[in-house]
Amino acid sequence: MQSVHIVSAYDEELKYLSKRIAAMGGHAERMVEQAIQALVNADPGLAQKVIRDDIVLDEGQREIDDKAIVIIAKRQPMATDLREIVGAIRISADLERVGDLGKNVAKRVVSVIDGRQPTSLFRGLEALAELALTQLKEVLDVYASRSVEKIGFVRDRDDQIDAMYTSLFRELLTYMMEDPRNITPCTHLLFCAKNIERIGDHATNIAETIYYIVTGEQLPAERPKGDKTDQVALQAALPVK
Amino acid sequence: MADTGAERITTGQAVAARLWNSRWLLAAGFVAVTAVYGFAGMSAYVVLAALALLLAAALLPTGRAIRSTESAAAIEASGLQRLSGEYLAAAVADPLIIFDRTAIIVHANAAAFAAFGGIAPGLSLSLKFRAPEMQALLDGVLSGTVASDAVDYTEKLPVERAYRVSASSVGHATDLYVLVFKDQSETRRIDRMRADFIANASHELRTPLASISGFIETLRGPARNDPAAREQFLQIMQSQTGRMARLIDDLLSLSRLEMKPYLKPGTEVDLRQTIDSVIDSLGPLARENSVVIERDYAQGPLDVPGDRDELFQVFENLLENACKYGQPGGRVTVSIARGEAGPEPGFDVTIRDYGPGIPEEHIPRITERFYRVDVESSRTQKGTGLGLSIVKHILTRHNARLSIKSEVGKGAAFTVHLPAR
Repeated sequence: MQSVHIVSAYDEELKYLSKRIAAMGGHAERMVEQAIQALVNADPGLAQKVIRDDIVLDEGQREIDDKAIVIIAKRQPMATDLREIVGAIRISADLERVGDLGKNVAKRVVSVIDGRQPTSLFRGLEALAELALTQLKEVLDVYASRSVEKIGFVRDRDDQIDAMYTSLFRELLTYMMEDPRNITPCTHLLFCAKNIERIGDHATNIAETIYYIVTGEQLPAERPKGDKTDQVALQAALPVK
Repeated sequence: MADTGAERITTGQAVAARLWNSRWLLAAGFVAVTAVYGFAGMSAYVVLAALALLLAAALLPTGRAIRSTESAAAIEASGLQRLSGEYLAAAVADPLIIFDRTAIIVHANAAAFAAFGGIAPGLSLSLKFRAPEMQALLDGVLSGTVASDAVDYTEKLPVERAYRVSASSVGHATDLYVLVFKDQSETRRIDRMRADFIANASHELRTPLASISGFIETLRGPARNDPAAREQFLQIMQSQTGRMARLIDDLLSLSRLEMKPYLKPGTEVDLRQTIDSVIDSLGPLARENSVVIERDYAQGPLDVPGDRDELFQVFENLLENACKYGQPGGRVTVSIARGEAGPEPGFDVTIRDYGPGIPEEHIPRITERFYRVDVESSRTQKGTGLGLSIVKHILTRHNARLSIKSEVGKGAAFTVHLPAR
């Protein structure tokens, strides 16, 4: 093991930070996965488990914040080290939000269960979640391997997630117009879709942070806001009979 | 196994030194033995194999015993022992990763590379395997609270895989640990397949069945003596049973794909030859729909790693769709280009039709099972709603991507990005 710093404890502290980030990432991935599973299989027990698990991420974020502040105070880090530490603070905040969004999806499971929604809606949500989770997984893999040249895929997939979200939004609106009894479950599903889309956004944020940690440069800011739900509301309002 | 090792050390300083010199061979031996033990559970053979390895380790360097310790160190530094350790790891068919006490990967065999990709030596295991149960496993073994442990680990993306993962320390004071993955996806997939098949089949077969039973009722009742109506109803019933048969075929083919483990590496497919044979096989359909198929291939060899039958099915489904739904356009273009732009080099196969196109809001979702842009036209074209999800499934297994571009009124282009080796 070759040491970068003269004080090896410093290396240990930095390594500990990234290990905690990875552990938080694993938890966040698992929570989102199980929240979607609970939603699709109408499983309130699993949803309760997801809601309970959120505390692990909250604690993780607090611990990383504390550790990072202590390192900055004790070691006065420079350059890469400083970026690494500040990056850890930012990534842990993003992961904590991902956990919150997963928890919110889980909370809505109970309200969606009794409505008999068409299976195609759940397939759509599953596909959306699959995209967001792939995004999160690949971003965290890049965090492990530091191969930032692969980061281009992130924005590609962000577009796909936005397009899928827009499509689901449209479908949910039509169901609500067909029958007012659908409004309650469909509104909840709409929020679930929105949450999943936000998870993709947080993954993109993490990717940008990683790029900054490794290269010291910011990714160019032209991040097109691709979801077109603002226009959907107008178009879908027309064909009301 | 540990007892035998301790015994030998007490027999003399020389043997101990030899054992130390051959610690890499021993480490690799233990890896192989642990692996075999984990898979076969044949304890008698394990003890024999361990003894044989110990003997080999103790006796092999005897020829060089007269040399000084410096030359022994030189031999060790030459990496010979290290190499043999890697060979042994390579001989294990399941993914196997050797790591040190800081969870940094020291060596990963080819199976591990194929299964997880991007696990270079120097990467931290706890950053790569983030699932809570894997973190607990690594922490437990590295902290020394348990000598070895095993957990069930499931990877959902990109393809669902389930493993029984066992971690243990290697030998005495080597500071090395080993992680062995035993693939259990097969059994898991069979369970999933059964559940999925029943859910999909019962849902999708209900509609044609309901219509058939309705017609039978009518034929036995009001239409009993009406030959014209009878003929018409029988016609509809026949087309409904045909639809059910196609549906079952597609469901089976999708389930079969889901059952197969991830792609075996090593086979190459010639894109030009594969696509040419797809075009030949769809010639009659194209003529029936009066569609002309144009080809535009890049020069040079067009080989990609993959499974020929599966890729054939991908291009067959895509081209069939293009001929059916792009019929008003009168022509379909098939092009193969070298994709240099993406993050990794590969080939882009584009199948473009000039038909009515696909409305934007449907594009992200048309690869979902049973998702239909227009239920009526799908029925008349004898679609099952599964063609594109089969395509997507195969492409995921090939690490490939499908991108769809379409403008209403101008046709649609389906591009498959296949990574080259």
